[in-house]
Amino acid sequence: MSAVLEVKDLRTSFGAVRAVDGVSFAVGRGQVLGLVGESGSGKSVTGFSIMGLVDPPGRVVGGSVWLEGEDITPLLTRGGEAMRRVRGARVAMVFQDPLMTLNPVLRVGTQMAAAVRAHAPVSRAEAWARAEAALATVGIPSPRQRLSAYPFQLSGGMRQRVAIATALLHGPAAIIADEPTTALDVSIQAQILAEVRRLADETGTAFVWITHDLAVVSSLADEVCVMYAGRVVERGPADAVIGGPRHHYTAALVASVPGGHAPGSRLPQVAQGAALQDQGCPFRPRCPAADAACAGPVPEVAFGAGHLALCHHPVGT
Amino acid sequence: MTDAPTPALAIEHVVKRFDRPVPLGARVAAWFLAAEPRVVHAVSDVSLVVGPREVVGLVGESGCGKSTLGRVAAGVYAPTSGTVRLASGPVMEHGRKRSPLVQMIHQDPFASLDPRMRVAETVAEGPVLHGIVARREADGYVAAMLERVGLDPGLRRRYPHQFSGGQRQRVAIARALALRPEVLVLDEPVASLDVSIQAQVLNLFLDLRRDLGLAGLFISHDLGVVRHVADRVAIMYLGRIVELGTAAALYARPAHPYTRALFASVPKLGAGRGRFSPIVGEIPSALAPPPGCHFHPRCPHAGPRCRVEAPPLLENEPGHADACHLDHGGVG
Repeated sequence: MSAVLEVKDLRTSFGAVRAVDGVSFAVGRGQVLGLVGESGSGKSVTGFSIMGLVDPPGRVVGGSVWLEGEDITPLLTRGGEAMRRVRGARVAMVFQDPLMTLNPVLRVGTQMAAAVRAHAPVSRAEAWARAEAALATVGIPSPRQRLSAYPFQLSGGMRQRVAIATALLHGPAAIIADEPTTALDVSIQAQILAEVRRLADETGTAFVWITHDLAVVSSLADEVCVMYAGRVVERGPADAVIGGPRHHYTAALVASVPGGHAPGSRLPQVAQGAALQDQGCPFRPRCPAADAACAGPVPEVAFGAGHLALCHHPVGT
Repeated sequence: MTDAPTPALAIEHVVKRFDRPVPLGARVAAWFLAAEPRVVHAVSDVSLVVGPREVVGLVGESGCGKSTLGRVAAGVYAPTSGTVRLASGPVMEHGRKRSPLVQMIHQDPFASLDPRMRVAETVAEGPVLHGIVARREADGYVAAMLERVGLDPGLRRRYPHQFSGGQRQRVAIARALALRPEVLVLDEPVASLDVSIQAQVLNLFLDLRRDLGLAGLFISHDLGVVRHVADRVAIMYLGRIVELGTAAALYARPAHPYTRALFASVPKLGAGRGRFSPIVGEIPSALAPPPGCHFHPRCPHAGPRCRVEAPPLLENEPGHADACHLDHGGVG
């Protein structure tokens, strides 16, 4: 399997803060990769870095991003027109809050047609026709009427579908989705997840699904990368990682989800502590299994079928 | 189950409507054009009892009226009709909140704490005003409250921005506890926190509940969180309670079609990939709720009766009721 999107040892810094600290992953055609972590883990900055959307003082300082076998890293760091030709056409992004990403004073059709014409030299009528087709693809009923609606006239779920449809306009190889269903209700989230799974399977678009919600990843993603302090501390097939976590941070995350515990019982808590950014394990101040070895370089331990954890003392060994 | 002792909180036939103020120009225009209804039916005739030391979970999606009901219960809004009573008397009198014995904890601790007040002032303000503690003793009182919620009392001179999200939510809980409430209304108290922090705040809530004998109305969209903290659970849809039961019975045997669809929509850890059974359509507007059962336009089992007659909340088994014609007399 050749990867549609591959990230190798990506490093993004905000001054002295290493927000993304050597992240690597690859997503294949029609695959969904879940990028999981808590606030501040660097998962969103990873997405922004791939899109060349990191605002100063943030800056991609190392590593490379490959899109369909082409190294687009020079475009990311230089920005400008060259990256603009890639962004939206070959790799697109969906953000958490569609009210922030849609222009409130333009009709849905106007802004979608503008997105069409940004990359394809087509007539205005053709652009509107493509926008209508894209809305139909994401399961929006009566798409023609929706095109003449303003964003405020649509529900949150519909707005997020519009954002996904806009991302799909040019048949991008990959879509980066940053917490796209976090602001939505569960029943609407279920509709969108079903739609995304279908789109990945049918169109072959590769998705990077950035979320803090392990249950969403568990039901949607093929592969998962768990991020902590800018690093991927565990990766592998979603069911293997969530069903049998090997890194103590992943294990703690999975254990703190309330669903699986006796009602009223105390939930397992992760110890407090700041993440460290040195050569050792960033989780060691909070880790129940940490010892002196954890201050040194951390080995990557394999557990079969692409399941890897960065840990001296993985769970269950 | 809840009949015998005086309930800690009794919500009786509460209706809450919001009338949008109509500007003069629009009122004139309405003379010439067909005027559309401008009334939001947020809560339609809801009765709910929270027993002493009991925690009732209130679950529903955006726009179902759960937060409005919580605010009516906490005396933030006056109900359009109906009453809310605490064990010691009504929450509101003459349109004003009567006592500090019901306190509210909000979702976003970034918005609910005054950024210009030191947390000591925030926590002390209520109890000093209500004469629970004298101003000169307030400092020690605040320190004890912060300690109670697991915060270092030495941090009480700090401002909210110097705390993390989880710590701020602890401050908000301390502020509520400082008024010695009998009932807490918690509106999505952990929704904006990371899962590992969420576990800490839920553990704190369970400790406080046990130690202080608090009763609570716990509002959340998260079925897993509610299962963990609530004794009984009410499911709300478009202004009405559609199902109410002990947490154990309701989770084991969800009865109302909406409850069942909601359970099916929730992604579960380790349930495997690609198993979605979404509910069709979206929640209708509270400006114009559908007639009959509010869920009938989306319900796979709806019949003619559902379109005209609103089903009452009736018991299926002891301690478990739902509002569905399917379970009570048929949809035909």
